[in-house]
Amino acid sequence: MKEGKDNKIVLLEDDQLEDLFVSLRQRYGYDFTGYAKASIKRRVQKFIDTIEMESVDLLKNQLLRDEAFFKYFLDEITVNVTEMFRDPLFFASLKKNVFPLLNTYPFIKIWDAGCSSGEELYSLAIFLDEEGLYGKSRIYATDISQRVLDKAMDGIYPIDMMKEYTGNYIHAGGKRSFSEYYTAMYGNAIFRGRLKKNVMFSAHNLAVDESFNEFNLIVCRNVLIYFNRDLQERVIELFLKSLPVFGFLALGNKETLSFSIFRDHFEEIDKAQKIYRRIN
Amino acid sequence: MLGKIEAIVIGGSWGGIDAVIKILSALPSDFKPTMVIALHRPKNVVNSLEGILKKYSKVPFSEPYDKEEIKLNHVYLAPSNYHLLIEKNKIFSLDVSEPVNYFRPSIDVLFESAAEVYGKFLAGILLTGANKDGGNGMKTIAGKGGFTIVQDPSTAASGIMPSAALRLIKPDFLGSVHSITELISSGKEFIWQ
Repeated sequence: MKEGKDNKIVLLEDDQLEDLFVSLRQRYGYDFTGYAKASIKRRVQKFIDTIEMESVDLLKNQLLRDEAFFKYFLDEITVNVTEMFRDPLFFASLKKNVFPLLNTYPFIKIWDAGCSSGEELYSLAIFLDEEGLYGKSRIYATDISQRVLDKAMDGIYPIDMMKEYTGNYIHAGGKRSFSEYYTAMYGNAIFRGRLKKNVMFSAHNLAVDESFNEFNLIVCRNVLIYFNRDLQERVIELFLKSLPVFGFLALGNKETLSFSIFRDHFEEIDKAQKIYRRIN
Repeated sequence: MLGKIEAIVIGGSWGGIDAVIKILSALPSDFKPTMVIALHRPKNVVNSLEGILKKYSKVPFSEPYDKEEIKLNHVYLAPSNYHLLIEKNKIFSLDVSEPVNYFRPSIDVLFESAAEVYGKFLAGILLTGANKDGGNGMKTIAGKGGFTIVQDPSTAASGIMPSAALRLIKPDFLGSVHSITELISSGKEFIWQ
């Protein structure tokens, strides 16, 4: 708290949040009005608390006036927490149930939608490599935030995380020694450049941007959870437009197409790991 | 005098599984309020807690999916490695943002969002645990007029969590798991109509 102020806490109200998001959409084209309220409100409240903003109006004014401040806000309120081989059984299932079918194509196109800082992307690349599929694969890695895309392009992660990631990798059925994939230097693990050789990085906002290609596999895990049902439907429709029949869609293991009007276009090929295939 | 209770949230950590099993075992199959449980546990392990707890519940029991509608007469368990939140229109939202108090699911995150939605129609129960998660959530529940129940630290496998909550609030009910179970399963105190 600022000196001379009492410990007054700025409490964000729902209508203030809505008003803020409408203003930001007009000013910058980023649309958060379709985000799930409980989670995004908590993030914005946390932002207000952290920077000790004295009112919601002041926050709004500064965001509209100062684009650099807005970018900082954007990075803080979007969730970029991820890990390598998160949910090892998902990666095991991908290798067992999806890769053999992808291998029947001469050329494989994969979209990692909401790739964040790239941990999932490198996990995918490693498994494609081990199964001999990487050479004929192109991975399109997209995220709303340029800052995290830059991190994904770097492929450098804290060495302290490698113990946990190695455990996940082994649990997922990795075939090699995990340390073959990175060089340890100055407290970091620098992942091998060849893992990103076939990766195209670009900014893409699922809330407002359109389909840009057709893919054999779309991986979008734990991204839809931040959207309300209406925005989820928009994104699922976007995926449908980006998938040919027999294309795969992988969601987080607590995300489901069961509530979607598009559900009949998909069959569930792994119920626990939420891997779907387009059937019509 | 308590109002109608529509939902009960329960949080626990060290020793919490046993305590939750005792509570679930005592609930009648027609137990009407929604119950939502957040228990701390390791991530990326094969998830068996749902299967274990389900066996003890006569009330329908599941881990919710993102954006699932919340039902009465149902017990929900917060999934491993996600925060569980409740939206105003009474559907669940999941979140993989940073752990809070070192844990995901965090009890505070669940309790605070439940308090926003259910207000005075919510009861919060904080059980045994070896960290301070849940205290702020209980404070929010109390602030919104909800009913607060804390396990007596002297009866807990670890008293750290209930003790931390007791420094923040004076609960409406303080007792052993046994007395908490009697309170909620008998329905005497809860005027559910």
